[in-house]
This record gives sequence, structure tokens and C-alpha cells, in this order.
Amino acid sequence: MFAAILLFAAVVGVILFIAGRFTGKRDRVVAYLYLAPVVLMLSVGLLYPGLRTIYESFFNAAGDAFIGIDNYKTIFTDSEQLVVLRNTAFWVLLTPFVATGVGLLYAILVDKARIESFAKALIFLPMSISFVAASVIWKFMYEYRPDQGNVKQIGLINQVIVWLGGKPVQLLIDSPLNTFLLIIVMIWVQAGFAMTVLSAAIKAIPDDIVEAARLDGVTPWGMFRFVTLPAIRPAVVVVLTTIAIATLKVFDIVQTMTGGRFDTSVIANEFYSQSFRSANQGLGAALAVVLFVLVIPIVVYNIRQLRRSEA
Amino acid sequence: MFGQRGSSRSRVALAGALSVGLAFSLAACGDSDDSESGTTDSSAAAIDCSPYTKFGDIKGKQVTIYTGIVTPEDTPHKESYKPFEQCTGATIKYEGDKAFETQVLVRAKAGNPPDLAFVPQPGLLQQLVATGKAVEAPAETSANVDKWFGEDWKAYGTVDGKFYAAPLGANVKSLVWYSPQEFKDKGYTVPTTLAELQTLTDKIVTDGGKPWCAGISSGEATGWPVTDWVEDFVLRTAGPEAYDQWVKHEIPFNDPKIATAFDAVGNYLKNDKYVNGGLGDVKSIASTTFQDAGLPILDGQCSLHRQASFYAANFPADTKIAEDGDIYAFYLPGQDATAKPVLGGGEFVLAFADRPEVKAFQTYLSSDVWANTKAKVSSGWVSANKGLKVENLKNPIDQLSATILLDPNATFRFDGSDMMPAAVGSNAFWKQATNWITGQDTKTTVDNIEKAWPQ
Repeated sequence: MFAAILLFAAVVGVILFIAGRFTGKRDRVVAYLYLAPVVLMLSVGLLYPGLRTIYESFFNAAGDAFIGIDNYKTIFTDSEQLVVLRNTAFWVLLTPFVATGVGLLYAILVDKARIESFAKALIFLPMSISFVAASVIWKFMYEYRPDQGNVKQIGLINQVIVWLGGKPVQLLIDSPLNTFLLIIVMIWVQAGFAMTVLSAAIKAIPDDIVEAARLDGVTPWGMFRFVTLPAIRPAVVVVLTTIAIATLKVFDIVQTMTGGRFDTSVIANEFYSQSFRSANQGLGAALAVVLFVLVIPIVVYNIRQLRRSEA
Repeated sequence: MFGQRGSSRSRVALAGALSVGLAFSLAACGDSDDSESGTTDSSAAAIDCSPYTKFGDIKGKQVTIYTGIVTPEDTPHKESYKPFEQCTGATIKYEGDKAFETQVLVRAKAGNPPDLAFVPQPGLLQQLVATGKAVEAPAETSANVDKWFGEDWKAYGTVDGKFYAAPLGANVKSLVWYSPQEFKDKGYTVPTTLAELQTLTDKIVTDGGKPWCAGISSGEATGWPVTDWVEDFVLRTAGPEAYDQWVKHEIPFNDPKIATAFDAVGNYLKNDKYVNGGLGDVKSIASTTFQDAGLPILDGQCSLHRQASFYAANFPADTKIAEDGDIYAFYLPGQDATAKPVLGGGEFVLAFADRPEVKAFQTYLSSDVWANTKAKVSSGWVSANKGLKVENLKNPIDQLSATILLDPNATFRFDGSDMMPAAVGSNAFWKQATNWITGQDTKTTVDNIEKAWPQ
């Protein structure tokens, strides 16, 4: 570890030294020199593993025979893998929109309210909890105990059901209900992030525009529709895409709460499970590639929006 | 049988003197780690050091171990290495990791394996050997295994005709936990055949109870307890030969014999009248952790819980585990009282290095000396080592397990899902068995698992 830090420092020192020799000659050379370590690290840490994963996705479970696109065929035809794709679709379609919606609504509601900072802190708190910890908390929310004898419910939701006169349900077992219950955890964590970014965007709307709209006698809905939303549109898109990327990669929640059992697996979890538990290197790699391909367009869109909002 | 074990009194004395001397010299070095391992206590009695002298002077050398055995079970392990450390002056570096089963393969492939790994599954062992990084066991270890273990145990550590890994610990899975007190109060007797087990189950229902309790939830590994049930019943309804064929995929997973075994298990586990005492309906099996599943026996909510010997650790500390206590276990009977199929598991010691100190330690671990040293310091541990003296085990369940393992009439078979390829044994079988508990029919279940078998 210490040696690695020394080596890193040495490399940086050499670069700085060489860059210093070029000073005043050509900026371009200096820029490339500064870029070199980054490019090197990216290729070793990202590019090579990425290409290697794509290469491995065309091989069989043990990684010793070329099987063409069979792994991809499996992903899009096998009944179990289709459930994985279906669940991933539920996650990606629901989480970003609901989390952003909840965050936006909350940001508007508490804007300029007297207890604004306290109210914001409340919804922002889950952001500071790791996905694993959030899953453990929600696992207790969904916990089931049988409806017999002196057995007491320890899960809040089932206790409420019992108070209302119902029978406790095993919430995490029935598919696809269980997937939606897992999605709620992600929304709970991400809504705070959406709220923070959107609240800042709302506060950045120039007061004169708001004043002008007020003078024109706009309704609250009209204010939101024609003033607030257009003004914060870039921020909304960034929040949506950021949460969408996080959602595509969701692994911790599924792993902690159900381990992918009861038809709750998603691509990131299945990729881990196939690679490391099932020892199916090829299929695991193919799943990773599918995930990568799905993320690319969102990342591209996200970066463009970020640039536009900064321009 | 135990004759060869004896070493002359003078030799023991010499070894003792040597180890004390060693303890002093190590303490003199001033390294806190070394002086700690050098202290003699009652558990680290002096042993015969001569088997390790032929590996040369390995004083000051280190052997690294990587294993899934974590706290609190790791303490007796480290304790049991002390005699070896005192004899040879080598030190053992122990690393326990709950994620061992996935990480060891990653480490082997990445070229960063430990010196020794305790591998709990023959299937994983084969995968590790296939990486080309594993080293065959030394001749001395092999000779020890020939002497102290049955041929079947040696075969589990053999890949492609080459012997790699000596057995370490063992566990017995064919056990049913029950309350001796309840049996006495209600006049139940321990069944000796499957038919008697059925009669007992029905009798408990007639008495107004739910006989069985079960739980298979275990995170990502959810479902494995059902696979143990099924394996136990394949051994009983189809026989050991069919079991071997099934594990090796010489008969398909959806063979009628296997479906029959599934249905025999379903007769107990998928019957609302029989399960799930104190825990809910049949479906509650899927959401109850295997650790919690047997506890309702203590409250009299259920009477029977089929689980391996290591389940003893899950009862509260003040529970008396004994033949006349709160909890004890009986052997899950066979078709008749004479046939004694036993399902079990265990770990194997696989080496990734062939340095002398590693070989010496492998030899130590495969000896009867280590088995008895370990027996004296641990609880919830047995070995299939024939040199293990049952009276050295402290815990009644360990004694029961050892008696079952060493019974000459017993037909031992290793946990089948641990021997099948990972795609089946640690994925499809677990997953489908879970679906089967929550309502999927037997035919779909066995067909799906057959489909997952690597081509």
C-alpha cells in the first residue's frame, strides 16, 4: 500500500518535472502529459476489463469454448432470465419517476415554509444511509409472523394490517408484489436526493419572473406548469437520469432483502449470482454487457443535459 | 485400532521439554504473536513431533489459511494448531471470511491464493483444481488419509485420479431434533423406520399438535435446507446407488426416482396439517430463517425439526442439549432399522503451495493427533477420522454424530448439492426447491433443475 502511494507520487513527480521543461513552448504537449496518467489508469482499470468482459460473454460457463451469442439468447428467451428483465424494467420505469415526483412535490410544498430546513432534513436523512442498511430497516417493516397463539408481529406493516382486523401477509414472497416493495426502498432513499437538487433549482428561479406571473394572476397550477417546471427542466432531467442509472445498477437492496429469491432478481444481482455462485462466467459477462448497453444512452443523455444546464 | 497412535512416554516428555524450550526461545524473540502461541495451556498438550521433522527446519516460516469458518468457531481451530506451532516453530496465519466460497475462486484465478484453503464442497474443490493453481497433497498426508479415513472420504478429495485434499471436519445431516422431555411426557418413542416416523407424525397431529417445523430462508442461499431433505430421502427411497448416479448425472434430475423422493419430502413439508409448528402455514417455511426454524420446539409449538448436527449452536445458551435434556436429536431413520444411510458434509484442506511448512501442516491436520486435539477444545465439531476418540468430544450431539459417522453399518454419502456443478448445486436446486415449497409442483421443479444442468 505504502509502496503504491510512493510509486504514484514518483510518477506524478516525473510528469510534473517533464511538464515543467515544456513550459512556455506548447500548451498542447503539457495538456497531453497531464492526461497521460488518467488515460493509463482508465485503460487498465476500465477499458481493458470492459473489453475483456465483452469477449468473455461469447464463451461458455467455464470460459473455455466459444459459443457465439448463445448467452445473449439465453438472457432474452430463458423464462427465469425474462423474469429478471421484467423486474429490471419495473425498477427503471418506476423508481426515477416516482422518486423525482415525490422529491419535486416535497420541494415545492416546503419551499419558503417556516419549518423548511427541518422538513428537508427529514426527507434527506435516508440519503445518508447505505442501501444495505436501508434494506435491513425495510426488511423489518415487511417482517411477517404467523397469525396464531401469542405470536406478536414485529413488522410495522403487518402490525397495521392486524390492527385493522386483517390477517398478516408474507409480503416478500408473492411476485411481482415483492419487486414493488423493494422498489419502495430505493424510492425512499432517492427521494431526498431529488428533493435537494430540485429545491436548489426552484430557489434559483429569478424573483422577477415569479412576480410578473403573479401580477398576471396565474393560478398555482399555472405557476408550476408555465414558470417553475420550464425553469427547472434541466435539473429535473439530470435528477431523473442520475436515479435511472443508480436504479439500473441496483444490487444491494435485492441481495440484502431477498437474495434474488421469489422472482425478485434484477440484472445486476443476476450477473453477480451467475458469475460467482453459479460459476457461469459467460452468462455473467453477457448480463454485465447488457447492463452496460442499457446504461450508455442514459449516461450520454445525462452528460448532454448537464452541459446544457451549465452553459 | 488406536495402537499405532501411542508414543512412548519418554518421547512425550522430550517433546514437552522441547516445546517448553521453544516457548522460551520464541518468547525471547519478543514478538508478541509468537510468545502468545508459545504459551502452553491444557488444550495444547504436548504431541509427538517426529512426523514433522522430516520436512526440515521450518522454524519461523508461515502458513496462511483461508476459510469460511468464522468467529466463534475459529477460536478452537487456532487453539488446535498450537501443538504444531510448538513442535515446528512455524506459525499459522488464519483468515476467516463469510464470503469464502465465492472469494476463494476469485483469489485462485487472480493468482493470489492462500497456502491452504478449507473447502466445504467437493464441487468447489474440482473448480479450484481446474484453475491449475492447486497442488497435490504430499505423500505423508495421503498416507494419513489412507490410515484414518474411509475410502469414500479419500475419493471426495480426489480429482481426476489425483489426491489433492484431506478431509478436515465433518457434520451429520441425517438428524431430527426433538424434545426428550416432551417425548417422555407424551409417551412418544424415537422412530427406527420411516414408517414409524410417519406413525409418530400422525400421532402428534391426533394429539392436537403440528409435528414439524421447518425454515429454509438463508439470504441468497435460501432453499438449501430443502435440498438436504431431498437428498436424505433419495438415499432412503431410491438407495445409495441411485443417489450416486443422480449426483453424477448418470440419471437425469427428473428421473421418477428423484420425483418420488421429492414427493416423500412433500408429504411432510407441503402438508398444512404437519407444518409449520409455531411459524405459520406451508409458505412460512420459505420466509423463516433456518436458524429460527427449530426454536419453537422449546415452546412446545412443534416436536420435530430435521437439521444437521451444527444446528446445536442455534439454541439459547441455557438450553440443555442432552439425551435427558431440553433438546436432543435422533438419527433420521431408514426404510428399515438395518439400513443406515447417513447424509453429511465436511471440509477439505486444499493446498496452493508446496513449501515444506505447508506440507508439514497438511500432514498434521490429517492426523488422528490433530482430530483429538481439536475434539478436546471445540464444541459442535466432529470428524470422520477413525482415530477420533468419541470420549474426547464434550458435547452430546458431537458424540452422537461421531457414533453415527463411525458406525460400521452406516452408508455415508456426501451432501449431493455440494457435489453437483455450481449451476445446479448452488443455484437451480436451491431456487427451484424454494419455488416448490411456495407452491410449484414436483414435475416442473425437477424438469427445471434438469434443464439447468451444464451441457
